[in-house]
Amino acid sequence: MTAALLEARDVSIHKGLRQLLRGVNLRIEAGDIWQLAGKNGVGKTSLLRSFARLARIEVYGDLSRCDDVLYIGHSAALKGSMSPRQNLKYHPSGLCNPDHEAIDEALASVGLSGYENALTARLSAGQKRRVALARLFLPSGRLWLLDEPFTALDVVGVEILEQRFKAHAESGGAVVFTSHQTADLGARLNVLDLEQFRGD
Amino acid sequence: MVTEARDIDMLGYCRSQTGRHLMLVVRSPSEVINPLLFFLLVIILFPLGLGPDPQQLSVLAPGILWVVALLANLMICMRLFVDDFEDGSLEQLAMARIPLAVAVLPQLVASWLASGLLLSLISPLFGLMLGLPLSVAPVLVASLLMGTAIMLLLGAVGASLTVGVQRGGILLALLILPLYVPVLIAGTRALNEAVQGGDPTIALALLGAGVTSGLMLAPLAIAAGVRVSLEL
Repeated sequence: MTAALLEARDVSIHKGLRQLLRGVNLRIEAGDIWQLAGKNGVGKTSLLRSFARLARIEVYGDLSRCDDVLYIGHSAALKGSMSPRQNLKYHPSGLCNPDHEAIDEALASVGLSGYENALTARLSAGQKRRVALARLFLPSGRLWLLDEPFTALDVVGVEILEQRFKAHAESGGAVVFTSHQTADLGARLNVLDLEQFRGD
Repeated sequence: MVTEARDIDMLGYCRSQTGRHLMLVVRSPSEVINPLLFFLLVIILFPLGLGPDPQQLSVLAPGILWVVALLANLMICMRLFVDDFEDGSLEQLAMARIPLAVAVLPQLVASWLASGLLLSLISPLFGLMLGLPLSVAPVLVASLLMGTAIMLLLGAVGASLTVGVQRGGILLALLILPLYVPVLIAGTRALNEAVQGGDPTIALALLGAGVTSGLMLAPLAIAAGVRVSLEL
């Protein structure tokens, strides 16, 4: 059995006085793709953030994960006054400090070739999303934690992303993402419906 | 494309992030220019209000210069982490696999270069406008160089705590103004001594001690503050 990239045992999440989720058990291994599903407000983002260790105070239970993590949240950490190329090169997560060629390649992979030096503020919502997701095409961590990665993407964008997920899982990585829509990710996809863990 | 866990080159990271913040400052210079303009305006207004007697002005000048520098610094601290908090950059900073206390430094360095350093270098000009002799310029610049650094470090502690609070500006001022008082006293003391022909060394040494201890301790407090703000 391979070592788990993330293991949650009896994790519960509180927001203020309310218990959002309880008794979450999850084991994520290399090659897994997990979709966190459930209604609005059930706690998908909170759970994902707890996986990223961005919400330690509110999380109870046993949660361990590998260190090599890439997290992309709702807000994409893009600066409007910088170009997509600069946004990726100087990304504050510091996961990658790649050369221009690698960045241009990544931008081309998400269909943004020709926009490398554009002003990010002038791009559309979908294009900004693609800039943020271009990080997935750079050397970028084993465990991906993605919050609503399909938002604002068109059909082609969704397809590019699905292909990338599969390739990442095949090469020994793992993906956890939250989404409402059903993704075409084949047999690797596991769906975790959070309704069953709903707290009080 | 999956690779082994990479060790992040801390110095390289800090250099690249400092570059990022400096680039952002250059792209939207209003955040730097506004405090400097504020400084200039107040310095212009004081002689108008107090009367143009150079004797009287030069007596008040150390206090005026330092109070205005303090307020300009407060303006900068109020904006310090706000943008990064709102667009998710602060979150990503916390995800960087280097200690958060180190990861917050580049922004402080960039902010200081763009505010404190600039202000200190221009300050002899402002001093002249208030009737300070040019001979005290070295003390003025030195005290402001160190003073702005301490105030930025202290202000960043407050800013990291209040960044998640809506309209946290007043709260920030309440939190950190008491901490600014010793800096203000030491700074004006150094300048007053220099104006009166005394020895400003002790006050300057105090400021120097403030910078070094601030550099050691403040990043830890800022990192803790950022964590608190992110986990609201």
